[in-house]
Amino acid sequence: MRYLPLVLANLGRHKRRTFLTATSVALALFLFASLRTVVTTIAAGAQFGSARRLVVTNATGIVFPLPLAYAGRLRALPGVQAVSWANWFGGRYGDGKRFFATFAVDPASYLDMYPEIRLPPEQREAFLRERTSAIVGKRLLDVFGWRLGQDVTVQGTIFGGDWTFTIRGVYTPSDRVINDDMLIFRHDYFDERLQRGGIVGWYILQIANPDDAAGIAKLVDDQFKNSSAATKTGTEQAFNASFATMWGNVSLLMNTIGMAVVFAILLVTANAMMMSARERTGEVAVLKTIGFSDRRLFGLVMLEAGVITLVGAVLGLGGAKLLYRATNFSGAGFLPGFDVSGATLALGGVIALLLMLASGLVPAVRAARLPVVQALRHVE
Amino acid sequence: MALVQIRDVYKSFHRDTQRIDVFTGLSLDIAEGSFTALMGPSGSGKSTLLNLIAGLDRPTSGTIEVAGSQVQSMTAGQLAAWRARHIGFVFQQLNLLPVLTAYQNVELPLLLTRLAKSQREERVRVALGVVGLDDRIHHYPRQLSGGQEQRVAIARAIVADPTLILLDEPTGQLDAKSSQEVLALLRRLNGEFGKTIVIVTHDAHAAEQAKTVLHLEKGVLIERAAVGA
Repeated sequence: MRYLPLVLANLGRHKRRTFLTATSVALALFLFASLRTVVTTIAAGAQFGSARRLVVTNATGIVFPLPLAYAGRLRALPGVQAVSWANWFGGRYGDGKRFFATFAVDPASYLDMYPEIRLPPEQREAFLRERTSAIVGKRLLDVFGWRLGQDVTVQGTIFGGDWTFTIRGVYTPSDRVINDDMLIFRHDYFDERLQRGGIVGWYILQIANPDDAAGIAKLVDDQFKNSSAATKTGTEQAFNASFATMWGNVSLLMNTIGMAVVFAILLVTANAMMMSARERTGEVAVLKTIGFSDRRLFGLVMLEAGVITLVGAVLGLGGAKLLYRATNFSGAGFLPGFDVSGATLALGGVIALLLMLASGLVPAVRAARLPVVQALRHVE
Repeated sequence: MALVQIRDVYKSFHRDTQRIDVFTGLSLDIAEGSFTALMGPSGSGKSTLLNLIAGLDRPTSGTIEVAGSQVQSMTAGQLAAWRARHIGFVFQQLNLLPVLTAYQNVELPLLLTRLAKSQREERVRVALGVVGLDDRIHHYPRQLSGGQEQRVAIARAIVADPTLILLDEPTGQLDAKSSQEVLALLRRLNGEFGKTIVIVTHDAHAAEQAKTVLHLEKGVLIERAAVGA
């Protein structure tokens, strides 16, 4: 502690340089935390899913529909307790700049199957009663400044035209991974208006025993193997994971960019530290003459690097944690549950430590090894 | 009794492929409580001798004993600790760390001791009082004159109560008045406080303040003159 004033005085020598160096470190760690959280959020989304829910999609691809008529046959299969269905809608509101997910669902069975979507009982009743009603996530309500009972008109992007819904419910998810800025409306209204003869995007089956999942999935797919629309059935987790695999290369890209940024900042910081040490060669000579040992000078330079990286780490990592939490960031609904994890903070801390070692080591060794007489030439 | 005993010291440098012999068998005693001036032309080895005595440089061969310690055989770590305890050093210029106040500059050697903050503060104030700068405690070097800077450097050199004070051209960059102030201070430190002082100087007037003047030429001690206090 007795050397701290000396360290702080040295850091204050070029305030702008010290500020810029610490800011570089903060920015690098902020970016690292942000990019890594994108990756971990995608991974967490892929792992989300009940073991008791199976998802049935068209075997050709998720963009191809399934007949609504399959519902009854699915319900009749052994081990299947309940059946629900949903369809991606793809609407936009206002100028369309703020993306949000929109689904048409079978209301009663869907809400029964997803207790994670918490809705007050009277709002649930209103949603079940009114064909043109919709429920929205709390965040979406806040973003657009909507209110309960308001009519909102959404422009369909896949299914064209203006679609007006009355907001009858505001849900709050029980799990951060569940998106809380969706608009969910009724599939019967969707089906009626489109007059496409009853099609759905995918089915969700609730099964009695998770151990039977593989057997039931095979049973479903065998049932419709020779139909006009063959099915592909899997667990909800596998379904979500298939979405995550679409992000696969993005994750790699995020990690690569994150590491490249950290490495670039490492060079900047190391350069700043070396410049700072080089400028003080004469002072190192004075300190050695006074009796500061090589080891002590090494420690002082490392301490300077440590203070810079510590400030950068606190600002960068702490800033990322607080910012995303305070703004409830979700990447326009693509990254629900976006939150800088403890593991990311710990990893960021390790990177900061490595940054300190890598940037401080060379100037610290140089200061420690500098022969006094050679250093004195800078004084004389 | 001699505080500094230099025996048969050889010192050579290599500049590119050329070998430069600075000392070839130099022997010298410096008595405790003495005030010695080292004079001689540039390149005569004055500063090198000062560096050897302070353990900042090592002789090629020979022995240097200061306050009972064989300086040439100590490790770098031992030398640093030894210097902190026995040596006070003042350079011609750039003595002070510009980012520290006069107080903080003088406190530096005490950071290496086990003294508590209050004890350090007391010593720093005494040292700055001795050099007559107790009213400049919180001034930065840029806020001091050249003479004041050197007096702060002298305060730093004496604050840990070293056995030996070494000064390399301490008045070389000062005007006549500041020079006088610094030399008067050195006389006082030697006369009143009994400090052993070795000063390297080109200035004959500065050398006159010493009790003993040694002349070096090409690494050879050619004259020893007792000036008398």
